[in-house]
Amino acid sequence: MLELKHVGFETEENKEILHDVSLTLQERFVAITGPNGGGKSTLAKIIAGIYEPTSGQILFDGVDITHLSITERANLGISYAFQQPVRFKGLKVKDLLSLAAGRDTSVNEACSYLSEVGLCARDYVDREINASLSGGELKRIEIAMVLARGTKLSIFDEPEAGIDLWSFQNLIRVFEKMYEQTKGSILIISHQERILNIADTIVVVKEGRIAQKGPRTEILPALLGSADAAREACDVLTDKMEGSVTP
Amino acid sequence: MMDAIEKKLLHEVAELDSLPVGAYNIRANGSLQSRSVTANIDIVTKEDKPGIDIFIKPGTKNESVHIPVIISQTGLTDLVYNDFHIGDGADVTIIAGCGIHNCGGGNAQHDGIHTFYVGKNAKIRYVEKHYGEGDGRGKQIMNPTTVIHLAEGAQMEMETTQIAGIDDTIRKTSGDAAAGASLIIREKILTVGDQHAVTDFVVDLNGEGCSANVISRSVAKDHSVQEFKSYINGNCACAGHSECDAIIMDDARVIATPGLIANHVDASLIHEAAIGKIAGEQLIKLMTLGLTEQEAEEQIVNGFLA
Repeated sequence: MLELKHVGFETEENKEILHDVSLTLQERFVAITGPNGGGKSTLAKIIAGIYEPTSGQILFDGVDITHLSITERANLGISYAFQQPVRFKGLKVKDLLSLAAGRDTSVNEACSYLSEVGLCARDYVDREINASLSGGELKRIEIAMVLARGTKLSIFDEPEAGIDLWSFQNLIRVFEKMYEQTKGSILIISHQERILNIADTIVVVKEGRIAQKGPRTEILPALLGSADAAREACDVLTDKMEGSVTP
Repeated sequence: MMDAIEKKLLHEVAELDSLPVGAYNIRANGSLQSRSVTANIDIVTKEDKPGIDIFIKPGTKNESVHIPVIISQTGLTDLVYNDFHIGDGADVTIIAGCGIHNCGGGNAQHDGIHTFYVGKNAKIRYVEKHYGEGDGRGKQIMNPTTVIHLAEGAQMEMETTQIAGIDDTIRKTSGDAAAGASLIIREKILTVGDQHAVTDFVVDLNGEGCSANVISRSVAKDHSVQEFKSYINGNCACAGHSECDAIIMDDARVIATPGLIANHVDASLIHEAAIGKIAGEQLIKLMTLGLTEQEAEEQIVNGFLA
């Protein structure tokens, strides 16, 4: 469905962020993970059209979208949930949901999207998307907008960032339900084990390159293995520190 | 009888498609078109100068007064003095507005001077809209002046809107508030082309515990110029807040000059001002929802001024 061929991206200052990334995504639930600063968000933005790659080609359902605008890609069926949602003075939750759905949404319809992300439509439809909303609320509204669009491909950039623990439990359910009930594909950038745990495929991006790609069953244990190793290393440090204060 | 142009103007400034219920005074092309009074609200033509006196009896509740002005003749300059005498404890809505349709080569101008004497504990909602259109070379000019005197415990909420259409405007609003009175002013302005709009607020907070809140949202497009001046004088224990938020586009200019003058140690005054273009990420967000850049811009501007 989505194919990246030798995609590269350099900033205006000639800093290379992505190097020769080739990737074919057929699976319905793909998680991209990897260390911070490795190029994950850049990759997502290149797919959504926010950045244009400096080299390579992107195909979506066989169509070359490399030079298409954000709008054109959105209309072909790509949605993108920002890691840091944008605030709008004056625009209301209802307005953005209507724009996302492509038609005026009724309160009932808004309710079906907002309740998925744990918000009560009655309290929120008329709220402005301004500084009065908390980061967690904005994040949930951002996800609701992607649900309202219901497109072929939904990209989520670190949906867990800025969400409290209670919301996080529900967030996992949102993605599980999306996976079960819609026909679209989900591409999630995440560091969270519980999100990686529900993906079909995991891609590890590191230093601007694809470090690993494979089924979850194969990739996740290896990733967790390295995390366990890190935990052990920390334990050594903790023991030493505790040891140093114990008489 | 009104013609189609006049009916459209009336719809734009007062959202009226037929004669309103309650008291009204419709002025068209410099003279009285129609008037209605009620048991509690009287409207009297001034003898010494153009304009009207509106008398609202103490305790009048849930009534409204419409006083639209429409001009469809080119080259006409109209000046009126409208005085509102609002009795103690009244609770009413006043809807004013001016619409100009200028299809000729001369300028059409309306200068309205509205003075409010708001009685003790009265509550007023005052809505004014300014609208201009024209297919001729002549300019649409409006210079509304509003003077507000609030007695003890009086509350006034003023909403003033000018969405494009007016080539040149100087909007002056001044007010004074006695103890416990509160004044809220919400202004929305959009200028396009070579339009020029000046907003000038001066509020004197004179009585213990009174307050003023001035909120201005504006969008300046093309080559238009906007100037926003706001002065709040805190002369006692009072609370004053003013907020000016402007979106600047194209080659427009926006000048914001906020002023806070505290003449008393317990005067608490706050000002917030922000001028900036539409944030790139706002456009990008709406484009990821399928809007073109231009549609995204329109949504952001319309939402901002809604």
